[in-house]
Amino acid sequence: MARPIEWQLATVAAVHDETPSVRSFTLDLPGWAGHRAGQHLDLRLTAEDGYSVERSYSIASEPERAGVVEITVERIPSGEVSPFLHEVVIPGDRLEVRGPIGGYFVWDAPLGGPLLLIAGGSGVVPLMSMLRHRARAGARVPTRLLFSSRGPDEIIYRVELDRLAAAGDGFAVAHTLTRQQPPGWTGYARRVDEAMLAEVLEPLGPTTRTYTCGPTALVETVANALVRLGIPPDRIRTERFGPTGT
Amino acid sequence: MDERRAAMVEDPAVDLTVDGSGVGGVLATAFGAEMTSSRGRCAHCHTVSIVGTMRAYVRGPGVVLRCPACAEVVLRIVETPRGVLVDARGLAWMVVDRR
Ligand SMILES: Cc1cc2nc3c(=O)[nH]c(=O)nc-3n(C[C@H](O)[C@H](O)[C@H](O)COP(=O)(O)OP(=O)(O)OC[C@H]3O[C@@H](n4cnc5c(N)ncnc54)[C@H](O)[C@@H]3O)c2cc1C
Ligand SMILES: [Zn+2]
Repeated sequence: MARPIEWQLATVAAVHDETPSVRSFTLDLPGWAGHRAGQHLDLRLTAEDGYSVERSYSIASEPERAGVVEITVERIPSGEVSPFLHEVVIPGDRLEVRGPIGGYFVWDAPLGGPLLLIAGGSGVVPLMSMLRHRARAGARVPTRLLFSSRGPDEIIYRVELDRLAAAGDGFAVAHTLTRQQPPGWTGYARRVDEAMLAEVLEPLGPTTRTYTCGPTALVETVANALVRLGIPPDRIRTERFGPTGT
Repeated sequence: MDERRAAMVEDPAVDLTVDGSGVGGVLATAFGAEMTSSRGRCAHCHTVSIVGTMRAYVRGPGVVLRCPACAEVVLRIVETPRGVLVDARGLAWMVVDRR
């Protein structure tokens, strides 16, 4: 197995838009060691003068998809790396990456559930890898995704999530739209709070494993609320993305 | 100890932090192994915690990991083109897994 510490060259095989501000990149990685759902990679950009920046991106694709890895990146207008990925990178380009990284914020089908996944914006990315893995592995563990987005056009993976939820294999999605709701919206319309968490958690019960991912402020709120709702600390797994999106 | 933790959580800069699991790449470079599911013991308050649950500050030069119980610095890591500097004086011990 390749050691995670080595930088390798990925070739961008495809690029597609998920929402107006979120884009996915399929990376060809012939030397990829294979990953677990929830892991991320580090991406490094180096300028001609040697200046380099690194950022972490969660892996969106499921482990079953061999040889390629998909990442999904939200464009942070004031950012250094994400606007570059959106505006400059095209298929055929090469990017330096290392990974897969992490062994704590991961879910493998044999671990079971019930599962409560909580995402804010691009925080859905590693959770999507878990959901795709769950579907590919034929797992039927009761699973719910509570997904906070700003508005209806900003729901990442919306079509695919609807399709997964329609499969009738024990997976359901609850959306909350914090800034703008379409007419007739029946989902939640506020930031994630303890009452909302209690409602989505209720059918799953106290033995639920939870994975929360997104901007640090959201993860902070959710993790504290889950403690108060009686979830044991080792079943509260978090991945903070930093100030992204604030 | 509780005051210090409260100060960390209320610090506006907490929004800039990530989980220890988010800096697994730097840790793997420093230690040659997946570290985020390993355990380490804080030298200040003696709490044993999983590296993935420590709080990571990534906006300075290098990475700083703080104890989730008392918020003291347990580890500082700076990657340079020539090597990796590890300042572990805040750590009693840490497991490097060779599985
Ligand atoms: C483990 C992990 C996985 C991640 N996965 C994903 C993913 O799948 N998809 C995704 O889109 N993102 C992900 N992120 C976030 C990603 O790594 C980047 O942080 C994000 O893309 C922004 O990078 P940037 O260079 O574009 O912006 P940056 O240049 O880093 O700036 C981001 C924002 O933070 C502000 N900021 C930066 N530094 C400071 C400071 N010192 N004080 C105050 N504000 C500051 C900036 O003004 C800007 O608004 C992940 C992060 C982690 C830790
Ligand atoms: Zn401590």
